[in-house]
Amino acid sequence: VPDPRSKWPRYVGVAALYAVALYVPFGVEQRNWLTPLNLAMAAAVGAIGLNILLGFAGQLSLAHPFFVAVGAYGYSFFSSGYDPVTRGVAKSDRLSGVGLHPLLSTVVVLMLAAVLGALFSPIAGRVKGIYLGIASLGLVFLTDHLLQNVKRVSGGFNGRRVPVYDVGFTSIEKCRPKECIVNGVPFGQPEKLWYLLLAVVTLSFILARNMMRGRPGRALQALRDGETPASVMGVNLVRYRAAAFMVSAMFAAMSGVMYALANGNITPAEFGVDTSVAFLAMVVIGGLGSLGGSIVGALFVRILPDFITRHGEKIPFVAAADNPNGLKPLAMARFIYGGTVIVLLLFEDGGLAGLLRRARRAALRVRSSERRVVLVRGLAGQVDP
Amino acid sequence: VTRLFQFLVDGVSTGAVYALIALGYVIIFKASEVVTFAHGGVLAIGGYMIWYARDRWFKGGGQGNFWLAVMVGLLVAIALSLVVERLFIRRMQSKSASIIGICILTLGLDVILETYSNYGVASSGKELLDLDNPWGLGATSVLGVRVSDARIAALAIGTVVITALFLWLKYTDWGVAMRATATNREAASLMGIRLGRVSMVAWAIAGALATIAAIFLSAAPAPGFDGGTGRLAFKAFPAAIVGGLDSPRGALAGGLTIGIAESLTKGYQSNLTFLGAGFYAVVPYVVMLAVLFVRPTGMFGTKAVSRA
Repeated sequence: VPDPRSKWPRYVGVAALYAVALYVPFGVEQRNWLTPLNLAMAAAVGAIGLNILLGFAGQLSLAHPFFVAVGAYGYSFFSSGYDPVTRGVAKSDRLSGVGLHPLLSTVVVLMLAAVLGALFSPIAGRVKGIYLGIASLGLVFLTDHLLQNVKRVSGGFNGRRVPVYDVGFTSIEKCRPKECIVNGVPFGQPEKLWYLLLAVVTLSFILARNMMRGRPGRALQALRDGETPASVMGVNLVRYRAAAFMVSAMFAAMSGVMYALANGNITPAEFGVDTSVAFLAMVVIGGLGSLGGSIVGALFVRILPDFITRHGEKIPFVAAADNPNGLKPLAMARFIYGGTVIVLLLFEDGGLAGLLRRARRAALRVRSSERRVVLVRGLAGQVDP
Repeated sequence: VTRLFQFLVDGVSTGAVYALIALGYVIIFKASEVVTFAHGGVLAIGGYMIWYARDRWFKGGGQGNFWLAVMVGLLVAIALSLVVERLFIRRMQSKSASIIGICILTLGLDVILETYSNYGVASSGKELLDLDNPWGLGATSVLGVRVSDARIAALAIGTVVITALFLWLKYTDWGVAMRATATNREAASLMGIRLGRVSMVAWAIAGALATIAAIFLSAAPAPGFDGGTGRLAFKAFPAAIVGGLDSPRGALAGGLTIGIAESLTKGYQSNLTFLGAGFYAVVPYVVMLAVLFVRPTGMFGTKAVSRA
């Protein structure tokens, strides 16, 4: 039994994970999964952001889709019409756009999300826990209304197309014929995007982890676990709550940009209450306060409907595509993740991360009891300890 | 002026329905300190069961059969609420889970219940389920104001139910027990009030109120019961928040405010085009956000409720 306290298994695990992740676009069977996987990576960043708010600050927010929409639509609006050749505004775009450089528009969109999050701070800072959840419900319904009505930016009900991302070596757009096939696999948009998104997820994870391990994270956890003690220790409740909301809004906006790139077009239907609940499910399933767990939770919740669609015939109750009376894959997915959330909350509120921790602790216990046995035997003169 | 009066009457009758749902939130909150997001799911199941019972067991016939179906819907919704309370909420509270955890659990329940009722609607082969209520599409004119019969019934039944509830809260032992629990759980428990029973009664009442609301949310002028009907329960959240989550009177006032605000913006929407088409549908949330900006505790709420 390897020592469960050693850090090596973790390093090896992370290395293996990255090896698998880097290989994904080359797995022949996995190639069909690439777009769902890309969408899951986009969701992962949003889930990390929500976890900062929910797992660390103890604030419930259903407004996540609002900020995801800010990211997705904002990115499309600001970068639409950008001409990579002239580095200026192209006239051809049907919907209005600003024609900013895609990277610049990403930065602008993140700033915009931060400002909007700050505007909400009179509520986000003063209203506690679930009340913020209810208040933020208002933002979700406003999102839909705005997206349906500000047609010049959003394209209304039918949504809008997302301009292609075409920047330097990270460009996911065109490639010269020679470069288009790597190792016998056609290497197009989704493949390149996978690596880009993998990098963004990694960066977001590191950023969030460092923030939560440092002073801000500790302050947030302190005020989550007790307001009075936290404020006695010098934590400014209102400011930290508002800041947590702002930061999570920025993560959500980044997730929106990634979603837009992965999906290619965006419609208001994607940014409703269902999405709020799905994000909450990701965080709870992965484990409150576990950032890595959020990534796993996002993969689970996002991939599930596709998985059921592909393998529906093997799953009980799910109808074949041509049968109108059966359970739709999406409905089945909802039952599964709704049920998973309930079961986890009832029996292991640490989510998957909590289960892992339990397993590690059990391993530790086995090991220490083994040691004790050896020690006792040694004292009894049976073996050399 | 007739137009304004018309909109006000519409608003009050819609508001009565919102108040029914909001009262459910408030009663549950007062008795068990939980904000339930599964209320819409319970509403959807109650409404769906009314249709199901009417369609399968009490087909055709007169109004008697409709009321039988309503009884079935009520019983199912009450049973469901009790199951939720005993199986999930109580267990979460006994392991002293955080309130947020309990709320997310109710969201998970809501997903399952609404998905189930959606599935029921989808597999009925119809877009909209007609609960076949006795008021039909008729309307009555009083002093130049045209109100659909279903709206009048909503107003009448809503008034009766809400009055009965307030009297019950004020005068019966159960009502006193519930108010005592809301004021101070520990003291109430020490005085011999059984918190578990109070909480169960509250959930049962809320389930029944939600089912009554489901009837009127799917009656004229609404086209019928569909997958989105349960979602309308979210609109009563603003009603509960505007009034203050711990105040039944607030829920009533909040419900009426929201209903009137919605019907006024709907009525005058041709003058409000700059706010976009369909703005009336989000007015409840706008009102709620506005109230929260000014008074984070709602209009009738006690300070401790929503502040630290």
